[in-house]
Amino acid sequence: MLVPLSWLREAVDLPAGIAPAEVADAFTGLGVEVDAVTDLAGSVRGPLVVGRVLTIEELTGFKKPIRYCTVDVGAANGTGEPQSIVCGARNFAVGDLVVVILPGGVLPGAFTIGARKTYGRMSAGMICSARELGLGDDHTGIIVLPADVAAVPGDDARPVVGLDDVVFDLSVTPDRGYQLSVRGLGRELARALGAAYHDPADRPSTSGSPDASVGRRILVEDTAGCDRFSARLVTGVDPAAPSPQWMVRRLAHAGIRSISLPVDVANYVMVELGQPMHTFDAARLTGDLVVRRARAGERLTAIDHVTRALSTEDLVICDDTGVVSLAAVMGGETTEVGEATTDVLLEAAHWDPASISRTARRHRMLSEASKRYERGVDPAITLVAVQRAVDLLVEYGGGTAGDGVVDVDHVVPPETVLLPADLPARTAGVDYPAARVVELIEAVGATVAVDGDRLAVTPPTWRPDMVDPADVVEEVVRLDGYDNVPSVLPPIVAGNGLTSEQRRRRSVARALAEAGYVEVLSYPFVDPESFEALGLPADDPRRTAVRLVNPLSEREPLLRTTLLPPLLTTLRRNLARGHRDVALFEVGLVFRPSGEPVATPPALPVDRRPTDAELAAALAVVPRQPYRVAAVLTGEVERAGWWGPGRAADWTDAVAAAELVARTAGVTLTVRADRHAPWHPGRCARLSVDGVLVGHAGELHPEVCQALDLPRGTAAMELELSALPARPPVSAPVISTYPPALIDVALLVDDATPAADVEAALAAGAGELLESIRLFDVFRGEQLGAGQKSLAYKLSFRAAGRTLTAEEAVGARDAAVAEATRRVGAALRGA
Amino acid sequence: MSYRNDPYDPKEATLLDPASLDEAVTAAEKAFAAASSPDELAAARAAHLGDRGPVMLARREIGALPPHAKSDAGKRVNAARAAMQSAYDARHAALEAAERQRVLDEETVDVTLPTDRRPLGARHPLPALIERICDLFVGMGYEVVDGPEAESSWFNFDALNIGPDNPVRGEMDTFHTEVPDLVLRTHTSPGQVRTMLNRQPPIAIICPGRVYRTDELDATHSPVFHQVEGLVVAEGITMAHLRGTLDHFARAIFGPDARTRFRPHYFPFTEPSAEFDIWFPEHRDGARWVEWGGCGMVNPRVLTACGIDPQRYSGFAFGMGIDRSLMFQQGISDFHDIVEGDVRFSRAYGMEV
Repeated sequence: MLVPLSWLREAVDLPAGIAPAEVADAFTGLGVEVDAVTDLAGSVRGPLVVGRVLTIEELTGFKKPIRYCTVDVGAANGTGEPQSIVCGARNFAVGDLVVVILPGGVLPGAFTIGARKTYGRMSAGMICSARELGLGDDHTGIIVLPADVAAVPGDDARPVVGLDDVVFDLSVTPDRGYQLSVRGLGRELARALGAAYHDPADRPSTSGSPDASVGRRILVEDTAGCDRFSARLVTGVDPAAPSPQWMVRRLAHAGIRSISLPVDVANYVMVELGQPMHTFDAARLTGDLVVRRARAGERLTAIDHVTRALSTEDLVICDDTGVVSLAAVMGGETTEVGEATTDVLLEAAHWDPASISRTARRHRMLSEASKRYERGVDPAITLVAVQRAVDLLVEYGGGTAGDGVVDVDHVVPPETVLLPADLPARTAGVDYPAARVVELIEAVGATVAVDGDRLAVTPPTWRPDMVDPADVVEEVVRLDGYDNVPSVLPPIVAGNGLTSEQRRRRSVARALAEAGYVEVLSYPFVDPESFEALGLPADDPRRTAVRLVNPLSEREPLLRTTLLPPLLTTLRRNLARGHRDVALFEVGLVFRPSGEPVATPPALPVDRRPTDAELAAALAVVPRQPYRVAAVLTGEVERAGWWGPGRAADWTDAVAAAELVARTAGVTLTVRADRHAPWHPGRCARLSVDGVLVGHAGELHPEVCQALDLPRGTAAMELELSALPARPPVSAPVISTYPPALIDVALLVDDATPAADVEAALAAGAGELLESIRLFDVFRGEQLGAGQKSLAYKLSFRAAGRTLTAEEAVGARDAAVAEATRRVGAALRGA
Repeated sequence: MSYRNDPYDPKEATLLDPASLDEAVTAAEKAFAAASSPDELAAARAAHLGDRGPVMLARREIGALPPHAKSDAGKRVNAARAAMQSAYDARHAALEAAERQRVLDEETVDVTLPTDRRPLGARHPLPALIERICDLFVGMGYEVVDGPEAESSWFNFDALNIGPDNPVRGEMDTFHTEVPDLVLRTHTSPGQVRTMLNRQPPIAIICPGRVYRTDELDATHSPVFHQVEGLVVAEGITMAHLRGTLDHFARAIFGPDARTRFRPHYFPFTEPSAEFDIWFPEHRDGARWVEWGGCGMVNPRVLTACGIDPQRYSGFAFGMGIDRSLMFQQGISDFHDIVEGDVRFSRAYGMEV
């Protein structure tokens, strides 16, 4: 909300020379956010003076009529001679007082004024319009000052046109609708600055009755949606009567464009009192007015010329022709006040905030009125607002106020809030004296009854947000000042540290980073096309994804079921930016709905803890969201350099990354060949722990690389961290100090035999003397015969309490080979 | 004394002559000094100190001397031998030292050559900062609570006193899914709800994680961002405790001179509520208060919905955007850098922030 300081001064006796920063600080301390403070005096720099038009010469022969004027600017130009100025506007006459900016002045937008030749004449300065001075949108002509203005040529024009003002751009919180008015802001500002306050709503008004006539009857059918409706007719308003300059200026400073006197009056009253108003052209209404909910199929063309289909929840005002206004949100086109309007029906009502909020959002029409209603409007001042508007309209538009004042009042008075008197002190940790608590609560306009150690607080009508004891507490702490709350550390609580899952996630991320992978964070939004690119089968469970109703991009409506699609997109982005050797990883959640239809759960209570059964029903909609880790890499994993050639990333790096994760997590991976999209069918490892599948690793399928525009051979691994079992307890190793016996064996096996099976057989056969086993060579050659390969292992044997004899070591080696022969048909080479 | 059996033969005693021995020593010293390699030195050693060398030959002659001369001759020979051995040892040591030096010289490399065979990896600074914040609070006794990002709307809204009519629940602000009542969490507060539903006070937890709001990505907004929220519920918890906690937090993350400011604000889940600012002297547009997060005393309605007695317990809660904290802590001006995953961004920070 924009509000000029001069307007606030109407409600608050601010010291004459108060610094804008002091006012801004007071607002900040009250919880009103100050987005900007604009000192209008600084918006126009240099000589801006009052001038009197002495002569006008009409210049012809140009595309538009141009005037060459001489203007008396007193001594402001240093000579006292008339100033010659060329002007394109025509709304002034000789003798008018105008606003002149002299050469050297600078208008908003850094527009510097000089003396120059234009249209064949010298023009030294400019006669200004309101828009050029930043005073509103009016660019239909230059500003012509009222004849009785208290200024003479040569005077500084700033005070005359309101450029001596300061405008505050304020944001108020959604619970404090009362602050969206001079009335509400003034009350709090006055208290914060210790200044006197004059309530702008504290003025006499004519009382009304539900049955009164305003040229028609008004029937409120839905008194829950509309608990107050006041109205009065003003007839015979001069349609040509302009809004007074001060009103136009104040509205401009408040960011509201001047439209016509009746509309300006309604807006002025809204900003001043916080009571939104509506104006009907009474001559365009037919029959009585009815306040009700819209009926199915009803439509309204609003003053923005857009026709909308209404919801049966929308509150509307109807006449005999149908809906003429979408209550509190926007008026209808057919009854809009226009250039010919003479009879104005003024409406000030109070609407159900929730209903207005829904309507405004449903139709995407967040108006100044709806903004106030949904935050809370004082239902007690509708008649004051009507009276104020009537008075202004009569004074400036020459109308006649109608006798009838309609007032349909079903307002329920605010409920009293009971609270312990020491609750504010206990909540804030500040020792407020009892009298101070009462004083502060009363400062917001509430009445307080003290009953022993309890307070009965009746909130003012403009504070629908004060419902709970905590709301009252907040007012005490706020008005006393949050700065007065001391800084004290709470008593120590005994925590248990990070969970093992949390420590594991950290270790995994750290290990991958240290292994050369760069951590990234991708958005989890996925294009369904990515499933095709990955080559997922039609029945792949990864295709079962949660779909967003309102995705940011229509192309990416799904939540990731695997980390790979967004991560591969990030990989491609890096490649596109010229990085060639890229290794990335990400740790994050994936979203894995079961695919079973989910019923809408019953509404859960908030006035008690829901039962476990109720909670379970609510949680049934939440899909499984396990943590996963994925790594992708392409290019050289070891660089070429002065030391020699590099090594290109391949499937081994992906499997190694998975092994690294598993080792970091303290579990042992079992690796087996698999065929699983999006991996290369011959270069895909299935990763499991204790027989449970936990992920895959390998090279991506060449077609996947092509579809995703990635280099062939790009490798990837993905592991479900949440599926990894807890680290099994480690039995302390026996550290033998006796020497090992080292024996190499080379085994001939069928080419299709997995090395892991051979190794497992050797390990099983070698028995407990085996300390380590390591495959150090894989060899295929003609001398071995087709379809055969040789696997060479280094076996290391060691006993705990003695030096092994050669016979023991050889015996263990033989047992190992025998088991390999039995399990996979291995033959000892060279035997 | 009888000299009857003295085998002295004056012809063969010339090698024992002192002059001959001196000559032999001088020759040996010369030969050792001339040796320029271990092999040459070994050859010279054999020639001068070996079995056929002058000293060993002279020693043999001692037997032929008369008894009274044997002692003197023996001493002379030993002295000559010792002199030669000493000359040899010195030369041997010198040659060995030279050899060691040669090997070291040959092994000398240019240590300024690049050594980066394996490119460096890096943590993303955002999780790194979250971990640092979690460590700080774990040190204060808090526990870290994770939770799902797609969340039941009761946990994300209703339990937090965000009623059905609150506009933030709408599609303008919140991501909705086709699953009924399933939304992407708009804050990490559902983690607090889940904790309070399952535990009685004292509770001190911190909820870090990803959250979602329907903002388009631009320099200062992202539909996906990160929060850390804290919650303490116990008997006698006050707003002063909240303030003390946030002051400590600010000093730990932004340095000992960090200052905070509370401004009254509105959140449905806290009452009283505040936004808190941090004084940021290094702001690129000049020193100023920068909004850091929201906080307040847990609304008793929230405690009630979560099964905690608001008459007995009170609590405070706070939350802040970590992306935003990182941006002003590190002077990052564009949110794109945080979300795009360019390796240059994470690499700039290494392992910690």
